[in-house]
Formats: sequence, structure tokens, C-alpha cells
Amino acid sequence: MIRSSKSWQAVAVASVAGLVLTACGTTDEGGSGSESSGGGGGAACDVKLAFFGPETGPAAGLGKPIIQGAQLALDEYNADAECAIEMINYDSQGSPDEAPALATEAAGDESLIGIVGPAFSGESAAAGPIFAEAGLPTISPSATNPALADNGWDTFHRVLGNDATQGPAAATYIADTLSSKATFVIDDASEYGAGLAEEVTNGLGDVVVDTDTIQAGDTDFSATAQKVSASKADTVFFGGYYAEATILVSQLKDAGFDGTFVAADGVKDPAFLDAGNDAEGSVLTCPCIPNTDPNVAEFAEAYEAEFGEPAGTYAAEAYDAANVFLDGIAEGIDNREEMLEFVNGYDEAGVTKQVAFDEKGEPSEVHVYSYKVEGGEIVPEGEIS
Amino acid sequence: MSPRTAGFTSRLVALPKPVKIVGWIALALLAYALPLLEPPLISTPGVDFGGVLFTVTMYGLVALGLNIVVGYAGLLDLGYVGFYAIGAYTVAILTSFHANWPLLLALPVGMLATLAGGVLLGAPTLRVRGDYLAIVTLGFGEIIRYVAINSEWLGTQKGISNIARPPSLELFEIPHLNWDTGVPLLDFNDTTTFVEFGVLDQIPYYWMGLTVVIVVLIADKLIKDSRVGRAWEATREDEDAAELMGVPTFRYKLLAFATGAFVGGLAGGLYASRQNFINPQSFLLMFSILFLAAVVIGGQGNRWGVLVGAVLVAYLPQRFREFDDFRVLVFGLALVALAILRPEGLFPPRRTVRAKQLEQELDGLEDGHDETDGQEAVRA
Amino acid sequence: MDFDFFFNNLPQLTITGLAFGAIYALIALGYTMVYGVLQLINFAHSEVFMYGTFATLWTVWALTGSGGASGLQLVGILLLALVMSMLSSALIALVLERVAYRPLIKKNAPRLIALISAIGASFVLAELMGLRDRVTGWVGLDDDLDRYVGGARINASMSGIVNMPNVEIAGISIKSVDLLVIAAALAMMVVVDQFVRRSKLGRGIRATAQDQETAALMGVNPTRTIQMTFLIGGLMAGVAAFLYMLKIEVTKFDVGFLLGVKAFAAAVLGGIGNLRGALLGGLLLGVAENWGAALIGTEWRHVVAFVLLVVILLFRPTGLLGESLGKARA
Repeated sequence: MIRSSKSWQAVAVASVAGLVLTACGTTDEGGSGSESSGGGGGAACDVKLAFFGPETGPAAGLGKPIIQGAQLALDEYNADAECAIEMINYDSQGSPDEAPALATEAAGDESLIGIVGPAFSGESAAAGPIFAEAGLPTISPSATNPALADNGWDTFHRVLGNDATQGPAAATYIADTLSSKATFVIDDASEYGAGLAEEVTNGLGDVVVDTDTIQAGDTDFSATAQKVSASKADTVFFGGYYAEATILVSQLKDAGFDGTFVAADGVKDPAFLDAGNDAEGSVLTCPCIPNTDPNVAEFAEAYEAEFGEPAGTYAAEAYDAANVFLDGIAEGIDNREEMLEFVNGYDEAGVTKQVAFDEKGEPSEVHVYSYKVEGGEIVPEGEIS
Repeated sequence: MSPRTAGFTSRLVALPKPVKIVGWIALALLAYALPLLEPPLISTPGVDFGGVLFTVTMYGLVALGLNIVVGYAGLLDLGYVGFYAIGAYTVAILTSFHANWPLLLALPVGMLATLAGGVLLGAPTLRVRGDYLAIVTLGFGEIIRYVAINSEWLGTQKGISNIARPPSLELFEIPHLNWDTGVPLLDFNDTTTFVEFGVLDQIPYYWMGLTVVIVVLIADKLIKDSRVGRAWEATREDEDAAELMGVPTFRYKLLAFATGAFVGGLAGGLYASRQNFINPQSFLLMFSILFLAAVVIGGQGNRWGVLVGAVLVAYLPQRFREFDDFRVLVFGLALVALAILRPEGLFPPRRTVRAKQLEQELDGLEDGHDETDGQEAVRA
Repeated sequence: MDFDFFFNNLPQLTITGLAFGAIYALIALGYTMVYGVLQLINFAHSEVFMYGTFATLWTVWALTGSGGASGLQLVGILLLALVMSMLSSALIALVLERVAYRPLIKKNAPRLIALISAIGASFVLAELMGLRDRVTGWVGLDDDLDRYVGGARINASMSGIVNMPNVEIAGISIKSVDLLVIAAALAMMVVVDQFVRRSKLGRGIRATAQDQETAALMGVNPTRTIQMTFLIGGLMAGVAAFLYMLKIEVTKFDVGFLLGVKAFAAAVLGGIGNLRGALLGGLLLGVAENWGAALIGTEWRHVVAFVLLVVILLFRPTGLLGESLGKARA
């Protein structure tokens, strides 16, 4: 109960505030009672942040590290802030189906001035127009579909590189560092995985011997594994998430594949290490600064101390995204217009990268690093150039 | 239904016609005004009330369509979301992805496409009986979804955005009610434009959905009371007897299947238009199951009952968002509880009530010797 | 169409397909028996299977220390895991019958409402597993059980604990775990088949499937019989769960859903209510999926399965073997 009481409270307050604010629309009452109003020291009070993405449902596993990463940023801010900022969870279950009604609700709550999310590209596409119309700035820690930035929504930002930035880097690594003669490209038919696999396939050209597409949620990949072993490929690239990667890499090794398994940031999760020996030697590319950097190491420690588990996929990105908004709030920003301006002009060091956005909302500077699974750990190798 | 409510219903039925018409109009007006009133307790904290109401009307529409298939014709359909998807994808493709048609032109085409889909699926499979049909339709729904995931032509998981919204006709503004002070006050800062299908206000979409639901309700009543409706009832109760009496049962089953598909396609098209974006995630098998739950919980065969079922299935999980990550669990518990407490559905059609009485009478008369026939009628 | 690859690798593709199909078949048994007796689609059977996978996983976790286990010790652990898996699945199946179905059967409710009850129960069971950290948090056990309840929404894995070698048969490398899965599934099917055909309880099940009232008049206790049916279905789902964990090694709270749908399809394919049909349907579905994935691409695997199902039902409207449980000859 202790662990959950915080979110219950947040939801209860959000419900009250939501009810009040949908009813009166423009005035900022923010009346949640628990906050001290007035806020000296220049920081804004009576404002809120929100997470938009899956908290329940089949994708909840990907949502959790994002929520916790953002929560960590919030807790650190609140620890020495005059008035506490809270975060509401808009639980979309990761489905674009729920997104419009939730986004409309978020848009109607004027005290809400920043959104960490939406987590997936699908819900981003469905909710994006609403946030743009409401002028509510969003920073996604995980939506990678390149097309999202081309909609002309000035509120759209993301702190991770889209498929088009990471794909070529992975292709470079496979061609140059691994000197692959034959690469087999697999994707999971998700927006993220398929987009990435396409970029890698294009980048590698003739080196790609064959491709195959599995379906997210499947667990038996024997036909794919058989194809890989028959193709005599020396490298497999997988575009997808760790849930399938863990099973896939085991089944590939069982079927006799003894080359290098390469995947991207969707797989750079402690859960991938579940594959044990089969994961050894796998290479993961990620547009995230390795934890040899003291800032990053500090984040990793704080996260593990707070939640009792190592930081999962996109937790650090969510932490960065929340910190952008929190920095704005610390400067006294209490409305969406100024916040949007602040986010657009932001340029600070985050734990995953130097956080700054170009005019489309893409991170302006993306460095992709390679990591290798060695001795049951994900060890940084260096930047891919 | 308890005797008291039954008495109430019959008294309602006995009211003079003008009174009834006034009553219906008042009820409809109340329904239209609901999102403006934003009544406390009923309105949904944490998610936009107008948006939830729109979803409710879509479930209502789908429930009415599925009720024709399941409730009237007795065909178990576990893949209804497939028709919903065909409607949605046709509209998406025609208004955004491969062409630039206006919505009002694309929507009828979407409905016709769904109708064709219904006939194509129904013609070969309706000869398969009972639960086999359930798995065939389930398979159909899944095939549609996997095809959408894996075909570039249908946008894959990336989906299709910028689907056309309905044309707006901005006439006047209506203020919402504000309950902040505990007394309802008109709030002129918060208004809805009649009728503008914009981005930030979901209420006009709800009005559109509600209007379509009312039209379909009336059409449903007309069909049910016609020769076709009686043929469906006969087919459902005893297919062989109906065939012997000269009812071309197969043709009527196909008609029911296609009519249901048609309504599902309409719902899908409207959904795509409001959503502005669709991808295969909106057409999971889970939705077929929820649609069926709406029909069965409400009382299959009773058009008002299935509407209530649709309201419950679409509204409850949104209303109780404060249950946080427990809401799916609570929803599951509610389904089990409803099933056990009201096994005939919340509002069983009068036929079921009649059959129950008949069964009891037979029990009394024949001391239980002939009870199986009565039971079959209820179980069918 | 990749014919070269397909024909060159036909034996392996068939074996791996049969292995997954055998798991479908064991799950399908539960659907088919309950359907045969109650004409009810036991939608929550997929969760019965899911609980078995966790019972296997947790038993293996609890008994293998940090250094792992080998030899006889490992065999003992695995046997115990199998027993635990069967017991848990059977327990869940019995609870399901008692809570979600019996009240409805008593009231002689319409069959579709039982399907809704089953769907509700399925949500509840899956979500309880997906929220296990929260549930144990209520009683303050979450820290003690962290290893078991942590990561409730993501995969839990027993990878690397059981390493079964590949075997070489006629120059073709085959995974021994696949052979084990097929053999075990076949053996279990024979046992259940013989039990239902020859034992007194089995006769009771068949009699009830044929005509519940007459069977009751002949002294067959219908409630006991229905319980028995759920029990057998649960035990077999437990075996399936154990074999699944041996082969795939990873599970998750919603692992049952897709497998359940496929197993139900397999039951219908073979002729629902028919035990041997469930076996045939499961194996056929498994092989067809694998062949389809090899020939036209893995993304079409599920489409292949469902198209096969629809086509077969068009030509054989009551499934391949079409016989009901009640009509099975003794």
C-alpha cells in the first residue's frame, strides 16, 4: 500500500482538479489543497506535468520504466523545491484508440503545462493534433516514427533519435566494425522495428542476404531461426523490442546460428540479459550516453535505489524529458506558451545526450553508441562514427 | 425482471401516444444535452466526458448491429471487429491514404464495402453451425488485422493519419454548465460550437454518433417488426421447423449477417473520422469480445438492453479510471458478477420472459415431464 | 515463395512445427472436453495454462541455486516442476468451474452468458498475475518475494537452466527438446484417451456429454463429472505449460491469450468435443503455421493458420474428425 499510495493520491487530486477544470475551462484554480501556493524563489507553483502512455494493458511493461524515469526526475525536483509538482498518468494502454479522449482531457486542464509522452508512435499520431491545437508541449521519450515530426505540430518534441538516425549507425557498425559478409535482417512489424529494419536494410545494401518479419507477442520463431541458419548469415540484425529479442536470440542459437546478434535501443534493457549465455556477444546500438559518464552513472544508481530495479528501456529518456519541463518550472514558467518557447530554446546536458531540439522537434544532436553484452552485463564500447 | 418493474413497463406501454412521443423527445434531448450538463458523479474525471460519450455511442451502434446477428438471428460472431475495421480502413484509404474524397462520399462506400465483406464471409460460412461459426468469424477478424499490419498498402502498424473529419456548419455557441460551487451555473467561458467538428471539442462527434444511433434504432425497430424480423426469430428458435414452414433460412441468416456488417462498417467509418488516425491496434480481437459482452450483458435480442450493455462496457472502464492499474481487473470482476447475477442479461427481451413463464407453467402442468422443450427455447 | 529453402529444410520445419503443435494439442484438450460436456467455450482456459507456466518457472527458480543444477538433481527439479505445474493449472481450472461456471449451470443460464463470465474470469486471472507485485504489496510480502513478483508486466525467464543438446538423426540436426515435447504430448494424449474410453469416470464423462439428464438418472453425478472434466483439462494444460517452458523458457502474464486462441482453433479444426481431433488439429495447425511461415514469410503465419481453419470448416463443417465426445466408441 505504501508504494502505491503516491499514485493513488495523484490520481485522486487529478480527478478533483480535472473535474473542476473541465467545468471552468480557462481560469486557473488548480485547487488541489495539498500544495502550498504562492511559491517564492521564482519557481512556478500550481502547475502539473503528465505522463501519456501505457500504464496498464499489454504494453504496460514498456510504460513502467518511462513512468518511473519521469517520476525520479520529479522526486528529485520536489526534494528541494518550495512547492511540489505532481505528475498525472493518462493511461492510454498504448492504444491510439483511447488517445483522443485522453488528450482532449489533458488539453482542457490549463494547469497542465507539459507532457512526457506519448509513449508510442500510434498514440502520438492520434493525440498530436489535439496537443498542437491546445499548444501543450509534449516530449516523447520513445516514439520513433520519423513521420511524426513532419506534421507541422510545433508542440511535438522527442528526446531520442528517430529510426532514420539510428538505422544508418547500426548499418555502419555491421558493415565496418563487424565486417559482415552476410546479414539477415528481422523485424517485429511494429512501427519502431519495421522502420529501423528498413533503414538498416537500405544502409547495408548487398550484404543483406534475406529478411523476415515476426509478429510482436509471438514466442515461437523456429521457422525464422531455420531461415537464418540456412542462409549462413554471419550477423543478424533485429528491429524490435527486448521481449521478443530475448526469445529470438535463444532460438537462433539453438538452431545453430553462431554469428553476432545486433539490435537497437528497444533491446537495451536489463531484461534482455535473461537470455543468459545466448545473449553473450550481442551488440546493441543506442543513442544514449554510456554510464561511464558520471551523470549517467548517478542516474542509474538513483533509479535503482528508488525502484529496486535497474533502469529499463527509455527510463533515462523519460528522465531527460521530465527534466526539461522541470527546469522551465524552476524558472517560474506557469503557462503553456512560455513553456513551449522554453522547450524550443532548451539546450542542456541530459543523461542520454545534449538535450536540444531542432525546429521539427527532433533532438538536434544524436550520437549513437554501441554496447556489447559481456559477462552478463551490457558494456559500452564507444561511439559509432 | 421483477413484477414491480414489469408493471411499470406495462403502464408505460399503456400511456397515450402523444404522451409517449413527448417522453421520447424529452429523453433524446436529455441525451443530447448530457455532455453540456457535465453532471457530477456521471461525468468522467481524468478523461474527456464528450470523448467518452462518443465512444459510448460507437459501442451502442456496434451493439445494435451485432444484436441483429447474435440476438435476432442467433449467429455467434466473434470477429465483428473485422467489419468495423473494413469500414474504418475504407474511409481512411479513400479520404487520406490513396485518395482525397470527402467523408460523406467515402462513408457510404465504406458501408457498401463492409456489406460486401459480410456477404462474402457469410455466404460460404453460414452453413457452418453454432460455435464453429464463432471460430470462423474470429479467424476472419484476425485475418483482417494481420493483413492490415503486414500490407504497405494499408499503412502497416504506422497507420493512416489525416483522415477526413465531418464537414462543419458553425451556427451558434452553447455554454456548458459549471458545478464548481455545488450549484449548476452557466459558464460562458466554456462553450461548444454547434456544430463544429474540430480538434479540441469532442461533443459534436458525440452528437453525430447519437444521431446515427437514433436513426439505426428506428430502422432496427422497423425491420424487427417486419416479415424479416419474424423470419429471423423463427430461424433462431428452430431452424429446421422454419425451413419446413417455407422460410428460406439461409437467405435470412445471410441477410442478418450482412445487415449487421453494414452497421458495423458505419460505426467503423465514423470512428475513423473522429479518430483522424487509425492503425491495426484499434481492431484487436479484444474489441470483438467487448462488443459481444455489450450485447450479451444488456440482453441479446432487446435493442434497449444491448444499448445499456454498450453503455456499461464502454463507460465503466473510463468512469472508474481512479482504479488506476486495477481497472481491467475490476472490469473482469464486474463481467463475472453481472453474468452470475443476471444470466439472462440486464434486460432480456420479452420473448425470453414469455418463454420462462411458459416453462414454469409447463412444469406445473406436466410435473416436469416436458420441461426440456421449454428449456431449449431459452437456451437457444 | 521460397521453395528452395522450404524443401531443403522440410524435416526441421516439420519437427519444430509438430513440437509447437503438440503444445496446442494439449491445451486444446481442455477446450474440447469442456465443450463436449457443457457445450461451453471455456474462454479462461488460456489463463489455466498461463498459471502453469509460472508454477513451472517458480519451482525451477526456487530449487536451482545460483550455481544452477545438473544431472539427476535437475531431472528431479524438473519432475517436481511438472507436478507443480499440473497441480496449479488443475487448481485454477477447478476454481474457475466453481466460481465462474457452476452458478450459471445451476441456473440453466443461456450459454452465451457463460462465455461472458469466462471472459471476465480470464481478465481477472491474467490481471492478477500482471499485478502480482501490487497484490503481494498489500500483505507486505513484495520485498521478500521480489524475485518472483518483480517485473510483473514483463517477461520472466528460466533461460540457461536446462540445456538440452541437439541430436543428429540421418544427418539432420534436431533439437532434443522438440522430440521430448512431441513424445510427452503424445503419451499424455494416449493416457487421457484411454482414461475417457475405459475408466468408470470416463464413461460418466461420455454419458454426460451425450445426455446429461439421462446420465444423471443412471447415477452419474453431473457436478462431479463436470469437475472431473475441468480437472483433466487443467492437468493437461499444466503439462502443456511445463513443456512450453522447457521449449520457450519465457513467460508473461498475457502469454495465454494468443496460445489459447490457437488451441481453441485447433480443437475446432479437429472437431470440437473430440479428443483425437484435438491432437490432430493441434499438430496440423502447428505444422501448417511453420510451413506457411517458411514458404511465404513469418508475418503471414497467423493468417495461414486462420485461413486453413476457415477452409477446412467450409469443406468439413464439423471439423476433421467431427465426432463428439459422447459418440466416441468405448
